[in-house]
Amino acid sequence: MNVHEQFAEDLALYALGSLQGQERIALVKHLEECPGCRSELEFLRGDMALLALSTSGPVPPARSRKRFIDAIMKEPRVRTVSSAVHKWNWWIWSLPWVAAAALAILAVALWSNNAQLRQTVSRLRQQSAEQEGQLQTAREIAMTLTATDAMRVTLVAAKTPPQPQGKAIYVRDRSSLIFLATNLPSLPQGKAYELWLIPPVGAPVPAGVFRPDARGSATVINPPLPPRAEAKAFAITVEPQQGSSSPTSQPVLVGSGE
Amino acid sequence: MFPPETNSAATDAFLVSGVRSGDDRAVTELYDRFSPLVYSVALRVLGDTGAAEDLLQEIFMQLWRNPNLFDSTRGNLGAWLSVVARNRAIDLLRRRKPESNLEDVIVSVNHDMSAAADRSRAMQKVREALGGMPGPQRNALELAYFEGLSHTEIASKTGEPLGTVKTRIRAALSSLRKAFA
Repeated sequence: MNVHEQFAEDLALYALGSLQGQERIALVKHLEECPGCRSELEFLRGDMALLALSTSGPVPPARSRKRFIDAIMKEPRVRTVSSAVHKWNWWIWSLPWVAAAALAILAVALWSNNAQLRQTVSRLRQQSAEQEGQLQTAREIAMTLTATDAMRVTLVAAKTPPQPQGKAIYVRDRSSLIFLATNLPSLPQGKAYELWLIPPVGAPVPAGVFRPDARGSATVINPPLPPRAEAKAFAITVEPQQGSSSPTSQPVLVGSGE
Repeated sequence: MFPPETNSAATDAFLVSGVRSGDDRAVTELYDRFSPLVYSVALRVLGDTGAAEDLLQEIFMQLWRNPNLFDSTRGNLGAWLSVVARNRAIDLLRRRKPESNLEDVIVSVNHDMSAAADRSRAMQKVREALGGMPGPQRNALELAYFEGLSHTEIASKTGEPLGTVKTRIRAALSSLRKAFA
């Protein structure tokens, strides 16, 4: 510790508040410039603190404590925000309120989300029920059309022998095609009928390969087709069993839209 | 829940930060911990219980109103309170305005004064140190410390030269420090 010896005794008196006059003025000026003497002054105050312990013994009466507590309860506390520790404490004390507010917001958000989910589920259930009904109708139609034990009757003019017939039902926007055929002649081994979609311009488009049953009946449902292909007519040709990319024989049946 | 008193000065800093946050429990805890020390110093200097109680109230209310007066990074709260209490009591005794701002009072002490047991042991050492001092030396120190007399007043009262008074006071404080070395 670097304490200037000429000030050592004056420092002790100054710490006690006992230094007066010019000596005090000179020491105060020196303290402004001397960290060593400032440090020694702090230790001298520490010595004074120890000296205070010599008075230990008396304790304040209970009324003093009550008086103090009453006073701090009456005085609104002025909060300070100067230190990082205090800022941290502010957060510590605020945390329960922040957490409560966050939970409240979360609860409202969850409640709202739950209500939306309930509405969505209700709407989906309704749609599902409608689609289930439509699907059931479609299944029944398809089962009837494709059933092997279905009785297929082609009504013709009286006393006219049954003729091969085909009925194509095509919905262009959905590229959906159902084709029903009756009284088709049986085919040799390795051969099959092929359905063609005939556009207004360009080559015929393959629309499914099939073999009729023993009674000459056949059904083609939704074969793969180009999207929204325009159809001028439909036709059936006899092709190899695996089908052809373009007709290789003359049409057996042909028909245009009504 | 506050830490127990035996947790030393670190808990003082914790409690002071609580006071800065406006926690009345923290300042009450500090009051319970240090009010006997502040009161006994005030009573020893002022010699009047009512005046000592008033000073006790004043000092803790200042801590409550402005806890930044004490910087926990620059000293020990118990030591700081005892020095502030002694200086303020001398101001009252001498009917003079305070000579220094409280925030300028920095106290360096190596001894922990937070726990009552530590203070009790320290008190024993201080009394032994005072008892071991030569009478004139102890007398000069007590006149300066408990009565707030200036060195010229002490010299006048004891009939000793100014230089002798200075030397005795410095030597007395040095003996006290050595007792805790």
